[in-house]
Amino acid sequence: MVIIGSGPAGLTAAIYTARADLHPLVLEGEPSSTSDQPGGQLMLTTDVENYPGFPDGVMGPALMQDFRAQALRFGAKIETAKASRVDLSAPPYGIWVGDPDAPEPDHRAETVIVSTGAQSIMLGLDRELEFMGHGLSTCATCDGFFFRDQHIAVVGGGDSAMEEATFLSRFARKITVVHRRDELRASKIMQARAFAADKIEFCWDTVVDSYIGSSRLEGLGVRNLKTGRESQLDVTGCFIAIGHTPNTSLFEGQLEMKENGYLVTEPGSTRTGVEGVFACGDVQDDYYRQAVTAAGSGCMAAIDAERYLEQKDHPATGP
Amino acid sequence: MAASPIILSDTTFDEEINASTEPVLVDFWAEWCGPCKMIAPILDEIAEEQAGKLKVAKLNVDEAPAVAQRFEVMSIPTMIVFQDGKPAKRLVGAKPKAALVKDLAEFL
Repeated sequence: MVIIGSGPAGLTAAIYTARADLHPLVLEGEPSSTSDQPGGQLMLTTDVENYPGFPDGVMGPALMQDFRAQALRFGAKIETAKASRVDLSAPPYGIWVGDPDAPEPDHRAETVIVSTGAQSIMLGLDRELEFMGHGLSTCATCDGFFFRDQHIAVVGGGDSAMEEATFLSRFARKITVVHRRDELRASKIMQARAFAADKIEFCWDTVVDSYIGSSRLEGLGVRNLKTGRESQLDVTGCFIAIGHTPNTSLFEGQLEMKENGYLVTEPGSTRTGVEGVFACGDVQDDYYRQAVTAAGSGCMAAIDAERYLEQKDHPATGP
Repeated sequence: MAASPIILSDTTFDEEINASTEPVLVDFWAEWCGPCKMIAPILDEIAEEQAGKLKVAKLNVDEAPAVAQRFEVMSIPTMIVFQDGKPAKRLVGAKPKAALVKDLAEFL
């Protein structure tokens, strides 16, 4: 059995299937700074306050390190590699990690658990790559430190935007939250925290059109959607938190997807349309998207996979 | 000979960088940075494998903020390769070992 992805969903599936002696191989991904990396999105956070069992909170990377250690303890194998291609046409399913054009897959598996998660969306504007690391950041916890006493912008209106704005208020002189609507999508508690912070102000009904600066970010070109008025926001830092996109390009044409790219699973289970292939975590969840729901669905995928294998080996014994 | 990364501080930085006859890859990192921790073992391996060609050094931005500021580090991990005491190449963000080694090819 192969598990693709190593966030809370993938590693929970690994803990359960390893304990059930199914010898899972986890393809954990490769280091990156874009929330698509071993350990998943929690690797770019600090305090996780809502994961049960930690009354004083826990650091995201520390939590994922413990998930990983727990999976290893029961014999899960973990490979630091990213799946580059899959062939789900017939079992045993093929999974490539190196050259996707190689004639033979690197791994074959009777069952596959897909837990590739989601990653943050960038604005897709000109010069985005150029300014990355020069004022533009995807990781508030990594880079907030460098913006001490500066004016910075956070783009977005959801929980992650509020979390970043609140976190950054420890360092920055002033934070402007740029949001395209006139109300936030964030949860009540995150909104209350952001509204209570003196340093955070809101720029409503506004979108970012351009990045301004010579060698480092000096401002954002912004536009008010209601009035059409264009202006420049003088910030030296900009953190983008406008949402997520599922990591599903690998499965295009092979697994059923919703219009937004998230994988479709049979309601109340982790079964995809392909026999023996299960999906869990954010890759199939565009609604709850919590570490604890990801872990919960990872457990479901492990049990679904286990029963599927039992059924296959002993067709007579029903569930 | 097994080489491991050199630890730099605000006070030792210039001396170490200027004295080195080999290029020095300086990893700007911090304890609270997840991606920095991810690439730490990769840098340990590179230090060992490239011993004699490239030195690997680590600079904790919490403990050595002056150097980080001087080189306008605004995102970590940032890796700067110094050759003859001057910055020759700058790499921002965590990446897999193969990609990192490729980016460093001109120094190896």
